This record gives sequence, structure tokens and C-alpha cells, in this order.
Amino acid sequence: MSFRYDIRLSGSGGQGLILMGIILAEAIGIYDGKFVSQTQSYGPEARGGSSKAEVVLSDTEIDYPKAMSLDLLLAMNQKSCDDYYMDLKNDGILIVDSTFVNQVPIQKAFRIPFTRIARENLKREMVANIVALGAIAKLTTIVTPKAIEAAVMARVPKGTEKLNRDALKAGMNAAMKAQKASVPQMLSERVDEDT
Amino acid sequence: MKKKTKKELLLQGNEAIVEGALRAGCRFFAGYPITPATEISELLSVRLPQVDGTFIQMEDEIASMGAIIGASLAGAKSMTATSGPGFSLMQENLGYAVIAEVPCVIVDAMRGGPSTGLPTFPSQSDVMQARWGTHGDHPIIVLCPSTVRECYDITIRAFNMAEKFRTPVIILVDEVVAHMREKISIDEDEDIEIFNRVKPTVPPEWYIPYEDTPRGVPAMANFGDGYRYHVTGLTHDIRGFPTSRPDEIDPFIRRLFRKISQHFAELHMGEFFETDDAEITIIAYGCVARSAKRAARDARERGLKVGALKLNTIWPFMRTPVEKVLQTSKIIIVPEMNMGQISREVKRVNKTDAKVFTINKVDGTIITPEEILRKIKEVR
Repeated sequence: MSFRYDIRLSGSGGQGLILMGIILAEAIGIYDGKFVSQTQSYGPEARGGSSKAEVVLSDTEIDYPKAMSLDLLLAMNQKSCDDYYMDLKNDGILIVDSTFVNQVPIQKAFRIPFTRIARENLKREMVANIVALGAIAKLTTIVTPKAIEAAVMARVPKGTEKLNRDALKAGMNAAMKAQKASVPQMLSERVDEDT
Repeated sequence: MKKKTKKELLLQGNEAIVEGALRAGCRFFAGYPITPATEISELLSVRLPQVDGTFIQMEDEIASMGAIIGASLAGAKSMTATSGPGFSLMQENLGYAVIAEVPCVIVDAMRGGPSTGLPTFPSQSDVMQARWGTHGDHPIIVLCPSTVRECYDITIRAFNMAEKFRTPVIILVDEVVAHMREKISIDEDEDIEIFNRVKPTVPPEWYIPYEDTPRGVPAMANFGDGYRYHVTGLTHDIRGFPTSRPDEIDPFIRRLFRKISQHFAELHMGEFFETDDAEITIIAYGCVARSAKRAARDARERGLKVGALKLNTIWPFMRTPVEKVLQTSKIIIVPEMNMGQISREVKRVNKTDAKVFTINKVDGTIITPEEILRKIKEVR
């Protein structure tokens, strides 16, 4: 069976989820050379309402272009977390923006305050999506850090390169911290499974 | 060193339609923005001026359709793009393009309807509007891509068919395919067939603008090239002037049909996926064709003999390929994001014992492979 990896990036309109999807798809498809398909669903509102972008990657041609069972779910607000965590596979990864997501339905999740990092450390809340992209690059093996940086640089407006590069880095660092914090928890789970 | 002309790009369906149109030689676009077709206008407003083409944002879709007919009569390959509500407004002038035999391409990115309906959600509910939206007995060519690559290729084919048969060609794309991004490689040096309308070779005073030919398609002179002729929406004689003589009306209407119907084989595009030994065949088009392929794959993994037939040509209806699977399969499933516009056609041509089942989804979301699998289990 061929390899297929399904990603959903979800939150509310205005959080930059569709741009995130495009950058991620470009990094995986153009810079890392895999098959990729990116779709989206959003309401008629420019801001607010729910919004999601989906990215499917594979080593062969992709038939069904939308995400099915999720290997990775990013939830940038509580509603999207509640709506979609049921679609995660058993070994799927849940990443939440802990600025807005207080109730995490499953134990095994990475809680990173993307929006707070963007607002406080980078002084621009709008780069929260790029911070999250940095975290995804660190927490998964689906995209190389080099590819994600190249894709971000190719898509962001001129003059914002440094800000966005910093945002990516901040995301990667935050992800490393989250990874360390979650190790004991994951280990204990593994012990439980054995006994 | 030779310049590298092959590019790998992550493109939206709408963007691939633009690339295909430019490649086919489109040099005139008139339109009015509407979700989910806006990206086509947006991109062409940048790209057309770069190739000495013309982009006009019109006051509405009625005028847009009129403008592309005028541009085409003057010799430019022309296109417009819209969604259901705008497509409704284009119907009157679409009929004019049919009767005056003006080549042009109309993209309808389907969203939920009726009326303004669901601007950002997909549907496949304009299948019959594309066929019969404009009044009067007429043939029409309607094509339907299901991947970004097909958006590119089919747009080129649409322009070729428009030019070859002197007819409007409609590209029906759904919101999923219009907005979906996939990787495609475009090679500017690739040898792609581009067809340009046949122009008269006789001197202007000998030119008979609507004269019958073996192909049924008269030679077409550009306005401004010195060939004076009359263009009208009234039923006309071979010189283009209105006629009320039955012996002129009948051959004219029949020629309009004949020029399309004698070329069915050339117009029909689609794909058989594992249909040879299939007991169950799914017939689908647009984004749902992708769900169908996936469902067939998943079903085969479970030991069920399932295949899929993808229709890239919607009208004229792909009767021969459909009849083929009707003969070899016991069960046919037609999933559509409408209440059954193509399934009725499948039932119409079914002269076998094959049972035709439908899946009709009208909630603004795509039909999933699971939903098709569930239907397979239910009916087999």
C-alpha cells in the first residue's frame, strides 16, 4: 500500500490557515518533491467563522484529495479542536494553540501557545500561523526544515522575511520544549500498554 | 545553453485554467468576479496585458458574455468565467453564440444553488443548466476536469473544440477542483496541439459566411479583415440574413447539430479505471470522480470487483463508454452532488439488466469514498 499522510489545519477565518496550507503544500510538493493536494473549506466571512485547510501528501498520485483519517490535526481554536479531534487516527498527532484551546480532549497532544508567542515575542499576532508551521516541521517528519523555510520565504510579502524567519524559529524552539515536556507522559503511557 | 522551460508549480484549479487558456491562445477575457471563479479573473487581469491581450471587468455577466462574443468575431480567442448565478445571466447571449456560431469558452465554477445559494461550497448542480440553460434546440459541448492537471489540459481542449466547431464550449468545474492546489509541471516547449479557426481562402466578394461544408463548420472571417457579412440571432440563410423559408431553416438547424454529432468520438474524454472485470462500476465526474477512484481501490482491497468510469466530457453525453460499462457490470452507481442530473442520462441509455443506483448529496460537501463504499455494501 502506498504511503499517504492526511493533515487538517483548522481554526477560525483570519488566522491564516489557508495560507499555511498553501505554504505547507508547496514545501512538501515543490521543495521536497512529493505528491501533494491541498484543499480548503471556509465560510463567506472574511474573518471569524470556521476555516480549515487540508493537505494530503503521498508518494504516488493522490486519488481522494481531501483529508480522511487524520495523521495530523492542528487546532487553532477550541471549536475546531472539539469538532475534529474525532477524525484523528489512533497514532495521529494533535497540536493545539494553547492560547485559545483550554480543553484538550486527549492526553497525547502538543500544547503550544502560537498566538501568544507571536503577540509577545514577535510583536505581530498575524505570524501565529508561521510559528505553527515551524512547530509542525519540528514535530513531524513530513517536511524538512529547509523546505518549509524556502516555501515560507517564497510566499510572504517582501520586507517581512526576517519577521517570518524568526517566527518559524520560534515555532521550532517552542516545539522542542513541548516535545521534551511530553516525553515522560508518553513513556508512562508506553509502560501502561506493556503491562 | 538552452533555457529551461519546464516548471513545477503548485497551482489551484482556477490558476491552471488560466495557464491553459493562455497556452491555447486566449487573448481576451471579460468577466465579473464571483466566488469560486474569481481567481481566474484576478490572474488574467495580470497575465493578459503581459501577452498583449485584453482584460475587461464588465458591469455584469450579461455584458461579459456579449463582450467575449464580440471579441471572438473580431478574431480573438476569448473566455469568461463565472459561477451559477452569473452563468444564469449569460444564458441569453450564450444562445446567441450558438446560433451565430461564435467560438468562445465559458468557465462555470459550480457552487451550491439555486440563486446565490452557497458561495463558498461545492456542488455539481449546473449540469443541466449547462445543457439546456439557453433556450431553443441546440447542441453544446461541456467539459469537466477533476484534477488540476486536467484543468490545464481540458482548457486547451476547450479552446480547440470551440475554434474547430465554431461553438461555445463550457468548462464545468466544481468549487473543490477550482480551489484545490496540486503540483503540476508545465513545459512551454511541450508539443501541444493548438487549433485555430479556419479562415476563408476565397476573395471577400465570394465569401459565403454560413455555407455548409463536409464538417458542417463554415470558414470564419475576422471582422475587420475586409469580409463583410451579417451576424444575427435570428435564424439565417447561408449569407447570414434572417430567413423564414422552411427549406433554409431546416438544413441550418440540422447543420448546427450535425457539426457536433458527427464528431462524438473526438469530443468524448474520460477514463476507465479497472472496469474490465468490474461487477460494480461507479460513474462519476468532477471532484467526485476522485472519490470514486478511491472507493474502487478500497473495495478491491476487500476483494470486491469494483471499477470507475470518469466522465471528462459531460455533453454531448458519453453514451458509448457508458453503454460499455452497462454491458459489463451488474451494478452501476452514480454519485453526484445534485439530485440526479447525470444518473438520469445513465438510466436513459441503459438497455441492459444492469441496475443503476444513485448517491445524491446536496449538503454542500463532497461525496466521500466511505459514502460510496457504504452504498456498494448496501446494494451488492
